[in-house]
Amino acid sequence: MAKHQTPMLDQLETGPWPSFVSDIKRQAEFRKNNQGKVNYQIPVDACDDLLGVLELSYKHGRTHWKHGGIVGVFGYGGGVIGRYCDQPEKFPGVAHFHTMRVSQPAGKFYTSDYLKKLCDLWDMRGSGITNMHGSTGDIIFLGTTTAQLEEVFFELTHTFNQDLGGSGSNLRTPSDCVGQARCEFACYDTQAICHDLTNEYQDELHRPAFPYKFKFKFDGCPNCCVASIARSDMSFIGTWRDDIRVDQKAVAAYVGGELKPNAGAHAGRNWGKFDIQKEVVALCPTGCMRYEGGKLEINNRECTRCMHCINVMPRALRIGNDRGLSILVGAKAPILDGAQMGTLLVPFISAEPPYTEIKETVIEPIWDWWMEEGKNRERLGELIKRQGFGKLLEVTGFKPDPRMVKEPRSNPYIFWKEEEVEGGWERDVNEFRKYHQR
Amino acid sequence: MEYEEAKQKIVEGLTKKLKTKSKFYFNDLAEILGEKPREAKKVINKLVEQGVLEYWSSGSTSMYGLTGTGKQASAEHED
Repeated sequence: MAKHQTPMLDQLETGPWPSFVSDIKRQAEFRKNNQGKVNYQIPVDACDDLLGVLELSYKHGRTHWKHGGIVGVFGYGGGVIGRYCDQPEKFPGVAHFHTMRVSQPAGKFYTSDYLKKLCDLWDMRGSGITNMHGSTGDIIFLGTTTAQLEEVFFELTHTFNQDLGGSGSNLRTPSDCVGQARCEFACYDTQAICHDLTNEYQDELHRPAFPYKFKFKFDGCPNCCVASIARSDMSFIGTWRDDIRVDQKAVAAYVGGELKPNAGAHAGRNWGKFDIQKEVVALCPTGCMRYEGGKLEINNRECTRCMHCINVMPRALRIGNDRGLSILVGAKAPILDGAQMGTLLVPFISAEPPYTEIKETVIEPIWDWWMEEGKNRERLGELIKRQGFGKLLEVTGFKPDPRMVKEPRSNPYIFWKEEEVEGGWERDVNEFRKYHQR
Repeated sequence: MEYEEAKQKIVEGLTKKLKTKSKFYFNDLAEILGEKPREAKKVINKLVEQGVLEYWSSGSTSMYGLTGTGKQASAEHED
């Protein structure tokens, strides 16, 4: 018998999709039965009360969570988000229900043993409810009391060799794709740089001093599996400077049907015979490919690294050998201003450890500028919009490049300065008026 | 800036404004100190470490306040 009647939440279970309500009910039952004889350190009925307070919120049409709070572990200004219920008498199990963000391993590699132990820790010292993973990539622990925060942190750092992630006006937990560990498209070692920058910028991760959140995300290739181009203030996307490597024999094998396009990913339905002209050449966004006389040709200078041809024929087409990454800046979701995609700042930069050039010529000058000029709760992308892309180039020292223009025939937000224009802004008005009436 | 001088400036600056607000952005503190953010951060970190200041976080934004002031009542505009 459930502790609280939840008719509205119950309706959410009737849809065809997996329901978080069912999950929480199952966890409530699990805690009540306690077959594993866990020494629970927070109220056993935390999950029941979570359902109860949510039902009440639906009934009232407003939240019963207070806004934020003063909790954390000693010395850290992030990684813990205080959540307090404003109906603690009715729902004592969730009077405190703080969130902890745990830094995920690079590439999200776990052993099952590690995951089991992590869940055991959270069953004992928290609600047992997790979010794998949050949008920044962290392992999210949902719901514990203030007294348990230091205990969980101690266990994480001493037993699990793990740290809290970023929250608030901090560098958020850097996040990367699986990279060269499993993917032949990866142009650089995403896990290595993600790990390196996470360690290098510990102070920025744990002690808030930015105007707002700041996210790094690392994609090994332009397929952008972690969507860095849309979701991170600074997006690192693998690329190459030379030519796509073409194996003409393998191209012929795709055309002849011996190799399946997209590595057989679309095998569930009969799409007919593979048509290289229709499915590859005609879909190239810059029209830089040609298939004639059984030979595939690519005008690499026009290639924008859309990855479509490589994705369709991975055995025939491979990324180039002169590899590095591009850096885009300013992407964000629509919280204060509208959503923005990243804008290209660095067309190509080497991605070799210890990444000194990336740190000293890109990351740190940008942070210095944003920390000094950014308004409270202003993301980097909004500052770039407000002060102009030219200003960003000035602070980083990069030269303007046509590839930085986000889209043609709209404001590329690069402005000339007087000293850059021959003759300056001054002009002879009388000479001007000879040709132009007032 | 010396730690004691910075502490005095921050405590005075924030106490003066306590009637109207109890939580402050990092930039407000840097302004009181008259330092660039990178420099200000060093002393602000120390003030937190010594328990003069404490963090407040909504989850997306972090703020600072004098320890023991504000609390939840302030967040809910009840004081």
